Amino acid sequence: MNIPWPGGANRERRERREEDLNAELRAHLRMAEADRVGRGESPEAAAAGARREFGNLGEVKHVTRAMWSGMWLDRLTQDLRFGFRMLRRSPGFSILAILCLTLGIGANAAVYSWIEGILLRPYPKVVQQDRLVVVAGTIRGTPGADELSWPDFLDLERNSTLFESFAADKITGTTLSIGDRAERTSGQIVSANYFDAIGVRPFLGRGFEPAEETGRNAHPVTVISYKMWHDRFQSDPQILGKTQRLNGLPHTIIGVAPEGFNGTFVGYAMQFWVPASMQETFDQSGYKLEDRGARWVESFARLKPGVTREQAQVELAAVARRLEAAYPETNKGRGIELYPLWKSPFNNAGALFPTLRIALVVAFFVLLIACANVSNLLLVRAFARQHEMTVRLAVGSGRGRLVRQLVTEGLILSAVAAVGGLVVAHWCRNLLVLVIPPRGVAMNLPAATDWRVLVIAAGVCLLTTLLFGLVPAFPASKINLASAIKAETGGVVGGSGRSRIRSALVLVQVSLSFVLVVGAGLLIKSLQGMRTASPGFSTENVLITALDLNSAGYDPQRKRVFQDELMNRVHAIAGVQSAAYARIAPFSYRTYSSAPIVIEGYQAGADEQPAADYDEVSPDFFATVGIPLVSGRDFARNDDETAPPVAIINEAMATQYWPGLNPLGRFVQVKGRRVEVVGVARMSKYGALTERSKAFFYVPLRQNFAGVVVLHLRTSLARGPMGLALAREIHALDPGLAPAELVTMREQVDRKSAAQTVALSLVGIFGGLALVLAGIGLYGVMSYAVSQSKRELGLRMALGARASDLLRLVMKHGLTLTAGGVVLGAAAALGLTRLMGDLLYKVSPRDPVAFAAAFAVMAAASLVACFIPAWRASRTDPAGVLRQ
Amino acid sequence: MHAEHAMAKKDSPVSRIELLQGTLDFIVLQTLRWGPRHGYGIAQMIRAGSRDVLQVDTGSLYPALHRLERQGAIAAGWEVSENNQRVRVYRLTAAGRKQLAAERSKWAQLADAIAGIMVPPTETQA
Repeated sequence: MNIPWPGGANRERRERREEDLNAELRAHLRMAEADRVGRGESPEAAAAGARREFGNLGEVKHVTRAMWSGMWLDRLTQDLRFGFRMLRRSPGFSILAILCLTLGIGANAAVYSWIEGILLRPYPKVVQQDRLVVVAGTIRGTPGADELSWPDFLDLERNSTLFESFAADKITGTTLSIGDRAERTSGQIVSANYFDAIGVRPFLGRGFEPAEETGRNAHPVTVISYKMWHDRFQSDPQILGKTQRLNGLPHTIIGVAPEGFNGTFVGYAMQFWVPASMQETFDQSGYKLEDRGARWVESFARLKPGVTREQAQVELAAVARRLEAAYPETNKGRGIELYPLWKSPFNNAGALFPTLRIALVVAFFVLLIACANVSNLLLVRAFARQHEMTVRLAVGSGRGRLVRQLVTEGLILSAVAAVGGLVVAHWCRNLLVLVIPPRGVAMNLPAATDWRVLVIAAGVCLLTTLLFGLVPAFPASKINLASAIKAETGGVVGGSGRSRIRSALVLVQVSLSFVLVVGAGLLIKSLQGMRTASPGFSTENVLITALDLNSAGYDPQRKRVFQDELMNRVHAIAGVQSAAYARIAPFSYRTYSSAPIVIEGYQAGADEQPAADYDEVSPDFFATVGIPLVSGRDFARNDDETAPPVAIINEAMATQYWPGLNPLGRFVQVKGRRVEVVGVARMSKYGALTERSKAFFYVPLRQNFAGVVVLHLRTSLARGPMGLALAREIHALDPGLAPAELVTMREQVDRKSAAQTVALSLVGIFGGLALVLAGIGLYGVMSYAVSQSKRELGLRMALGARASDLLRLVMKHGLTLTAGGVVLGAAAALGLTRLMGDLLYKVSPRDPVAFAAAFAVMAAASLVACFIPAWRASRTDPAGVLRQ
Repeated sequence: MHAEHAMAKKDSPVSRIELLQGTLDFIVLQTLRWGPRHGYGIAQMIRAGSRDVLQVDTGSLYPALHRLERQGAIAAGWEVSENNQRVRVYRLTAAGRKQLAAERSKWAQLADAIAGIMVPPTETQA
């Protein structure tokens, strides 16, 4: 055992002391010898006599040493050595205990590291993230957060005093061809101070300069990620000054971000950064740097040390009110709200929060169950060691010392388990990536377990140790010397106080497992519900793929021609029933266009600002994705730039703004244009199955042109042949253009249930673990009870009880325990399942089916756990037992 | 190792320390009242002083000396004895004297009490 000594000086002092003690005792012996010789003994006899009288030299040294200062370290070493020996003596017990704890601690460390990596410090390499806050806009009377306009962002920055810096970022993307495959790559449009504000220094070159954020498309410069530098440019040391085409425009590479820096967006690893001046190049909806009404900036700010979020909120709210007064036409009803990073409305952190919260609770349950198991094991051992304890008390060991010894043993167990737990946690952090569906959220968890995670895991260990180290210590230190002398006799199955503690522990285990099983059941039902729920469009026989003509560098005319020609060719592919473009595919991670609308003939409330999301789609879109038109007509090819603007609205929009009226032929004003309603589409889900019904409309792509679109195909062809056919047609039009991957609509919808899938995987894995641990606990208690009451069982048998009676007796005891646990668990579950909130889809948190299923699972598990001990009890050999 | 000895050997030094603790401290302080002395000397003196009744074993004596030293009741230093031995000599400190005075009165009371129990007063009840 290697105990670190407090310091070198201390060690020297200790060595000197040791020498002094040797000299002192040697002198004692010599004087005793001399006295004996003086009394006439022979030198040999004197030496032997002195030694005999002196006693065990090593022992004397040992007990004397124990009086020195710093001796707690000595005692600790001694306790540790002894503890290790005791644990080695019963390897089965030790391995089982360590295994239980390893799983418990590992599960917790893993969850903490996820929370750390996703919620608390989500951005690797960014300094002092605890002082970062997300700055979001609010709309009076509308829940949720909005983005900021660039002029508003600048005004907030200029007029506040409590912040060290403001930084703006906006996720964007471009298509890069990698080999002959086009791949969407994420990047961020950022304010010039971005890298300074987050404390990230480019690994090569520089960040942006203040001048580079001004001027319309004036500074095509970019900082690329380390990964892009490594993969795409083969770590070229001469990279600075070279160009990379981004969205069709060559950008000069001025820097390379450090390795491991992923940008400031949970869920995607950013590959490039461009200054705000390049906004228009990456945003198809126009130039926005001077438009106070165009809200697109996602910003965050660093609070000055000691400033609270509440103080900062007050200051920014005042600035927002001044802006509202100064620019009523754009800022009416607009406010500011600060969020901590983990509640950011702008990325996936917020979406993962409920899942992580559940994971935390679940992991804690697993730890509790593991602790209960280890406590049980320790209790059994404490019982077996009662004799040892009695002897130690009899020879004068203090009770405190006994308690300390037991705690030390617990400490050893949990320390070993903590090391194992960290290994488990390390594997688990990657597990989270595995359970997230491939095309879902890209997690960028930091590679190394953070020291804070280590501290928390160590804290959990310490708590655990106290929990189960002391549980057996209490009965042990209360050993009654007199009663302990009496032989240990087994009582009636489940009688004594100690076995009541153990039964209570099993009760807790069963109830906690029950809660987890109920949770898993609810999630399974939710997921089933989501799998079978109709999003309002077809999920079968529809394939989608992105087509990015902006990155290809085409001029607007060529983009239109290309889109048309490709559409003609696609229609000609055998097996394609229909095809259409849309700017945004349903259930995409990209955001729909959104605009304030004015409904002609509809009087909006005083504070109401009607607004709706919309999508730009080509003719045949509704037929291709399978959304029926309730009335009116589809867009036609001639609904183009030259024709009057038209729109198709959804049913919710029709009933909201034209209740009881026929909306066809009526007008909506969108972005200053009068648009005629020509059709009404059936309701469908647009972004997620869990979203509420909302007003939504469609406009013709031709009247609202976009160079980056998604091609929707309704086809009986499988993905493989369809992909080949599509690639052939694209290459026929432009050999340099790489097609992107085909995605089925089913996958597109499923990836939006990622949160539920992740939650189910976690609750499923941990719930299964908990069930096994609880089963082991129940089995342990029952086996022990049976082995302790062998005499009683033998006696009963001798008195005429049949094997089946004994089986029933033991089973009854075990199942009573289970029943108690299930009742407790059901009560707890009724309160706790509400925590799952949004993760539940069309399932009540008190769903009787889930509860019934959990009950059945627990009953089955406990039947298995009790049967073996019960069967063993029924095989008791009365003659053998009574003879013992 | 040590803990096992403690379990196995009924008469191990550990048990005696615990039994003799308060008493031994008092005896040691009392012995040092007549001047500085080394460990062996203290043991001899206790033995002689108690007419061979009290035999302090080294496993109790040295821990007691080191404990008292740590508590500040006695101080230790190295000296050369009459027969040219380097010996560690203990002497009473001011704190030790105070402690001794307190213990003496406590012991006197205790001795009185025990004597009272040993020699029961004659029955006065009628």
